Amino acid sequence: MKVLVAVKRVVDASVQVRVKADKTAVDLANVKMSMNPFCEIAVEEAIRLKESGIAEEVIVVSAGEDACQEQLRAGLALGADRAIHIQSDAELQPLAVAKLLHKVVDQENIGLVILGKQSIDGDNNQTGQMLAALAGMPQGTFASNVVIENGEAVVTREVDGGLQQIGLKLPAVVTTDLRLNEPRYASLPNIMKAKRKPVAQITAEELGVDVAPRLSTLEVNDPPARASGKRVGSVVELIDALKVEGVL
Amino acid sequence: MQREQMEFDVVIVGAGPAGLSTACRLMQQANEAGKELSICVVEKGAEVGAHILSGAIIEPRALNELFPNWEELGAPLSVPVTEDQIYFLRDSEKSIKVSNIMTPKSMHNHGNYIASVGNLCRWLAEQAENLGVEIFPGFAADRIVYGEDGRVAGISTGDMGLDSEGKPKANYMAGMDLLAKYTIFSEGCRGHLGKELIAKFDLDDGVDPQHYGLGIKELWEIPNELHQPGLVLHGTGWPLSDSASTGGFFLYHTDNNQIVVGLITDLNYSNPHVSPYDEFQRMKHHPLISKYLSGGKRISYGARAIAKGGLNSLPKMTMPGALLLGCDAGTLNFSKIKGTHTAMKSGILAADVLFPELISQGNGGLDLVQYKEVFKQSWLHDELFKSRNFGAALHKYGTLVGGALNVIEQNIVSFPFTLHDTAPDYACLKPADECKSINYPKPDGLLSFDKPSSVFLSNTYHEEDQPCHLKLKDGDVPLSNNLPVFNEPAQRYCPAGVYEVLDDGNGAKRFQINSQNCVHCKTCDIKDPAQNITWTVPEGAGGPSYPNM
Repeated sequence: MKVLVAVKRVVDASVQVRVKADKTAVDLANVKMSMNPFCEIAVEEAIRLKESGIAEEVIVVSAGEDACQEQLRAGLALGADRAIHIQSDAELQPLAVAKLLHKVVDQENIGLVILGKQSIDGDNNQTGQMLAALAGMPQGTFASNVVIENGEAVVTREVDGGLQQIGLKLPAVVTTDLRLNEPRYASLPNIMKAKRKPVAQITAEELGVDVAPRLSTLEVNDPPARASGKRVGSVVELIDALKVEGVL
Repeated sequence: MQREQMEFDVVIVGAGPAGLSTACRLMQQANEAGKELSICVVEKGAEVGAHILSGAIIEPRALNELFPNWEELGAPLSVPVTEDQIYFLRDSEKSIKVSNIMTPKSMHNHGNYIASVGNLCRWLAEQAENLGVEIFPGFAADRIVYGEDGRVAGISTGDMGLDSEGKPKANYMAGMDLLAKYTIFSEGCRGHLGKELIAKFDLDDGVDPQHYGLGIKELWEIPNELHQPGLVLHGTGWPLSDSASTGGFFLYHTDNNQIVVGLITDLNYSNPHVSPYDEFQRMKHHPLISKYLSGGKRISYGARAIAKGGLNSLPKMTMPGALLLGCDAGTLNFSKIKGTHTAMKSGILAADVLFPELISQGNGGLDLVQYKEVFKQSWLHDELFKSRNFGAALHKYGTLVGGALNVIEQNIVSFPFTLHDTAPDYACLKPADECKSINYPKPDGLLSFDKPSSVFLSNTYHEEDQPCHLKLKDGDVPLSNNLPVFNEPAQRYCPAGVYEVLDDGNGAKRFQINSQNCVHCKTCDIKDPAQNITWTVPEGAGGPSYPNM
């Protein structure tokens, strides 16, 4: 079985993002970029499937500008076999990405697609679901456990009320939640080896996908600053203050 | 346990200007000669540039030598200095503009560029990789590997995935030994491995103790109408003069409506009540500075110690199997307050000495003492010689008299003598009760800020559950000695709020180390009066993540 893992280049989780002065976007000049943490979990899960003999090949794919090859190399260093870079300098929204991934799924005859449940920049939580719909595949989202047996994926999902277990006929789409696994570190020799692994490049046009954005961003703003708190001297004062605020 | 090993011709510790210049120059020579070299650079920051913090005005002399076509290659030096202004701050309100002929020539910046050294390093790393250098960010050189004959044989990268007790977690990955014919140590000021080498090989035998400053810097975005790209302000005096401390500020107008502003506090200050962080915060309220910052927004914050002892404090830079370069040795030219071009030059010279050794089929491991002669013949030595008295004059005679001596020496005539400053910075503190306490104003949240919100802007992150990388030789010293005598100065000299003395709730005190806040400035390792704190590397990729700093 071939496993396809989608990885996204995003601003690193440790960076405090800042809105550009012209309010068009977040300023990404020279800030650290990384693989989306949920995608890292997806890569780790795929590699574990390969290590346990269930997956024959792990392919990482990313769509975007040339710089996202860095994240593909990171996936290769973690243990993926090869990478596909779908080149596009356009702003790629979830539907466009899902369509691009759908093409790759068809071309590569994929048995299982693993994606992060969402990316930490857009926080959309849409691409996996859209891909499943486009490809006509069953989906197991927010996975905290995945077991593959007898041509089926048994996925434990993190839902509001607790955990839900579902069985999916392969091929299927799985999106990862935080507790699925803890990704490994890439070792230095594996980072060196990853430089020699193949990265195929293809453009969105060559895949015949219209990636034009369906949504436009009007303005980006900082969240409102939190008003400073005030100190009260006693419980009575606290209750009075809460009443004034209309909380009690 | 036998650790995994990899062998290279050269291993370089630290992807800063010195290390990357060595790497680039070596590969240039190898490519020209049609030889193959394997060069590996390890960098503790999560990416190249993440831990680089500097003013900075860059003199392009070394860059011209390394990449004469740097402009064409897109080096990020885009803002030439257009105007130099130098001020003496008399108090919190008044300042005197010092005319150009009254200032040392080394402070004139015509032909130099305002730039982010972090971005310069990102660019240098790209050039190095294009030339065939292997760069590994996120891998910290943790220990030195010595050969049986005592030579430096390489370094060992730190283990990843240890918990706070030092036990392996599920994602544990053992470090590796990276062995090399020659290892280059270019960790920057007060590198923890450099410190070990200086002690082990007596590299500082016969030289003055190294002297340091703590630079604290912020990046601001200011209204367009206040912005003058290329304008450079330097100055000294208030607020450090209040406590008879020395140092100086900088304020540079760079591009994109951004300015950098910072204060360097000389770490030989004697009053333990001094807080370099708070000195900087209150300095920003001076009208000369606030006129640019008011209405602006702070974007980033960082701090880093600098080695400024110059030639008098420069240790021997070679030892069997290794070289110590750039600020790790202390090649900064304090009279120019510039270390980038000198660090780069020290790396270029190292490559020139190393290359013939590497292609001579030997096993490496020699003490390349010829470096000293090559260094002596270079402009790097000339300029460090010329400014050898600069810091000592300021330390000995203060800003005014020492400054006047520096004007005479840098502009008119070179003195036939050398001034020495033999008191190490950590030994300069006086007991707290002999010194005037300082009442720092509360930050206003507009121009001045508290430490936590500042550290927040440095994007500092350390994997939470890991061993503390700030080691106390004796765990009792902070409370038994430093607290009663010096009111534990670590609480104040640390610009990231790592060290705190807290009540334990039972009327007793406890000393707390918030190592996850550490911005890797190394000040604690330098200034602790008992020399009881040892800075070691945390897990790779931890620390600040400076953009454009």
